[in-house]
Amino acid sequence: MEPTSHAFKANAHRALGDANLQRAMTMMRTGFPEKRAQAIARLPEFEALRDEGIAIKNHVIAHLDFYLERFEQNVVANGGKVHWCRTAQEARETVLALCRALDAKTVTKGKSMVGEEIAINDFLEKNGITPVETDLGEYIVQIRHEPPSHIIAPAVHLVKEQVADSFRATHTHLPHDRVLEEPRVMTDEARSVLRQKFLAADVGITGANFLIAETGSSIIVTNEGNGDLTQILPKAHIVLASLEKVVPTLEDASTMLRLLARSATGQEFSTYTTVSTGPRRATDTDGPGEYHVVILDNGRSALLGGEFQDMLRCIRCAACLNHCPVYGAIGGHAYGWVYSGPMGAVLTPTLIGIEEAGNLPNASTFCGRCESVCPMRIPLPKMMRQWREREFSKRLSPATQRWGLALWAFAAQRPALYRQVSALAARVLGFFGAGRGRFRALPLAGGWTDMRDMPAPEGKSFMTLWAERQRKTRRVS
Amino acid sequence: MSEARDQIFGDIRARLGRGRLDPAANAAAEERLNAHRRNLVPARAASLDHAGQVALFIAEAQAVDTTIARVANAGDVPGAVADFLSSQNLPARLVMTPDPKLDAIPWDARPMLELRRGRAEDSDAAGITGAFAAIAETGTLMLISGEQTPTRNNFLPDTHIVVLRASEVVACYEDGWDRLRTAGAMPRTVNFITGPSRTGDIEQRLVLGAHGPRRLHIVLIDDAGG
Amino acid sequence: MAEPFRVALFVTCLVDLFRPSVGFAAVKLLEDAGCIVEVPEAQSCCGQPGYNSGDRADAKAIARQVIATFSPYDYVVVPSGSCGGMIKTHYPALFADEPAMAEPAKALAARTYELISFLADVLKRDQVTARYAGTVTYHDACSGLRELGVKEQPRRLLRSVAGLTLKEMTTPEVCCGFGGTFCVKYPEISDKMVSDKAADIASTGADTLLCGDMGCLLNMAGKLARLGKPIAVRHVAEVLADMTEATPPIGMPDKS
Repeated sequence: MEPTSHAFKANAHRALGDANLQRAMTMMRTGFPEKRAQAIARLPEFEALRDEGIAIKNHVIAHLDFYLERFEQNVVANGGKVHWCRTAQEARETVLALCRALDAKTVTKGKSMVGEEIAINDFLEKNGITPVETDLGEYIVQIRHEPPSHIIAPAVHLVKEQVADSFRATHTHLPHDRVLEEPRVMTDEARSVLRQKFLAADVGITGANFLIAETGSSIIVTNEGNGDLTQILPKAHIVLASLEKVVPTLEDASTMLRLLARSATGQEFSTYTTVSTGPRRATDTDGPGEYHVVILDNGRSALLGGEFQDMLRCIRCAACLNHCPVYGAIGGHAYGWVYSGPMGAVLTPTLIGIEEAGNLPNASTFCGRCESVCPMRIPLPKMMRQWREREFSKRLSPATQRWGLALWAFAAQRPALYRQVSALAARVLGFFGAGRGRFRALPLAGGWTDMRDMPAPEGKSFMTLWAERQRKTRRVS
Repeated sequence: MSEARDQIFGDIRARLGRGRLDPAANAAAEERLNAHRRNLVPARAASLDHAGQVALFIAEAQAVDTTIARVANAGDVPGAVADFLSSQNLPARLVMTPDPKLDAIPWDARPMLELRRGRAEDSDAAGITGAFAAIAETGTLMLISGEQTPTRNNFLPDTHIVVLRASEVVACYEDGWDRLRTAGAMPRTVNFITGPSRTGDIEQRLVLGAHGPRRLHIVLIDDAGG
Repeated sequence: MAEPFRVALFVTCLVDLFRPSVGFAAVKLLEDAGCIVEVPEAQSCCGQPGYNSGDRADAKAIARQVIATFSPYDYVVVPSGSCGGMIKTHYPALFADEPAMAEPAKALAARTYELISFLADVLKRDQVTARYAGTVTYHDACSGLRELGVKEQPRRLLRSVAGLTLKEMTTPEVCCGFGGTFCVKYPEISDKMVSDKAADIASTGADTLLCGDMGCLLNMAGKLARLGKPIAVRHVAEVLADMTEATPPIGMPDKS
């Protein structure tokens, strides 16, 4: 998708004025954190598991070539194939070639953020193949021609009336005046529409939450079962995975899975956690005839050994989105590309450039809630600050900001001067503000006073008053 | 090997500041892989005796809308299945995986139950399978694909009934993997199933039966094998 | 009897300019607890504005000055979680690549404390002698909470204040939207965050809002005043030091 991250402020402005979005985000902001907190309260070993998961991921990162090699060996040993893709374009072309080789007309899809990243749906459509999203949230955004707004809950930005409108507009085979009030009814409708698509699909494409080197397997987690129907019914199962998804063993995957659902939705375990290894066996009576794992680099290897390496630990649980007050205020679309929230703020500039995505790491108060809930303890605020340092040195930040900071730093390094300036400001603002105790408007401070009053200083600076107090006590003693 | 593959591996190694792993590091990684040691296993299930694990499995499964009926022996299973279907106002018709574990159940005790043995079709409203294992830690069933256990039987029918033996209940996923490694090669699909299909994608309101079954019912045989 | 601690007060730019009462409340709390308090003249800012804006060089220059000025003391106490956090958690990181400064930075960090944390965790105070007739709700400023572990300590001390009732917000730990330059760079998003916070504050029925950080306090007081909410906003030190009679709440005129 074409990024609109450069228009973040305008996007955010629109989002803040969107009544439906605000209703939806209010529901999201309380729901997910409460559920996560409850799940963690039930598991005394959670912190220790975090430590182990981090150790596993760091170990893999340091041995990434080894584990990817072993993964490929085991995929092949089980009858599957691995396709190595440096770029989004290579991945798109690989998937298209696989689909064409099977004469595919329709393709069902499980949710895949890598799929979004490479914009596979648009590409398949342009080439005469129909992709059908099967995760209910992905299906809803697909028929609305918009991207997902959350990495695990794609339609979280919508209220049910919007979903009903979209179903009415799309499922034209059904009576137009049918009642579509309740999520139950809409889910049933989607289920029956999509059941036919599952059965008719030639190829199924899923993402992968993890790849397992020991067995050459891929893992997906869903609550709906759509990823399973996507992969077992068609002629081929194509897995889209970025290269940092590999973990060493089934036991390591089990540790990661203990962290994933709890961090994401507050569930003990996702309803369907599926480990797929190769195509159907000779004696199987179902399963795909082919198993292809498309492994994508697209900027991941460039993070190794650098300031943003820790982002490779991300397991795409979305805990950071769920707990971020900025994401909660504006939703995912405002970020302008595939990845949103705190992880998006760090990852997006690595993938589409800091010039395009510069707003994202700046739109943060560094409250630190993201890092505190990240199962991988990724230092997200620190990495956002690192982006800000790069912008500063590239002079990408606005001139007024740079000048303001330079002035401030000049004064701050000269305490005698600083004391005078502070004393003067305290006197002037204190004088003008004394009547009401606050200002409704202040020149140059519209960013503040447009929305809130500015409390007035007490009238003398602390350093002035302290010096007075010291003089008095010296006189007395 | 492809040019893309070579470049990716070259880039990874260059960024990690080395060539291929040196022999010692390689051997250590190989050893770690082959040993597949367990990491921390929560005490929740692992600290219990088997009877405690079975009780925990039931409690965890019920917490995610799985229904469970305990029976004393295989002979009680047909009645429990028939009772469940009628309690849900469902027809007494099931597709059954061609699994020897299910063949061993005396289905003739309930001749009203229509059983079709084989792979599920979209028209099958209810299906019955066995399970490879059951994980007490989170009330999770572990099912594997195979000649006798087509995966689609776990997903196509709206109602999924599982005949489970208490001896199949283990504490944790790691116990399940140990059993699987003993049983042979990795199957095409391992399904860990924790409750019926669900979605919260519309206003985060929970709805059961998104694409997979909306009902998951377990008939648990308290086999003395423990 | 043990030697009293020589404590340097890092007053912070916002307290110095906007609300010296907080500085004096801090001094009173520290002196009542037996400390000798000094206020080094050569102080201005902790360097956080530049640091968070990516201006590492200026942040380091300011930090060097702070380290030089404050190193001679037993402890450095800061009536702010964000400035305290800057010195305690970020100064060592700032100089990680400069061996000559790394040790002094770490040494200063080890001796630097946010005010309430110092009273509770170092001086082991779990009560104060103070009176405040009111229902109070407490906002957990982000840096104090997540960088310095300030959570229980202010609540414990507030519970010892005679006449005071403590009532928690639904989400006291959610950011108020100040974030330093964030509130003026992204004013609309900041406004949404502080509006949500104001609604949460109002829903408690409390007549008083307390917090340990002037930035948050100015932000929340400004919003509550704009919304016409009659809630008194103060720094927690003012209540604990029993100094609320002399000074009006933040943003309110001095009627004396």
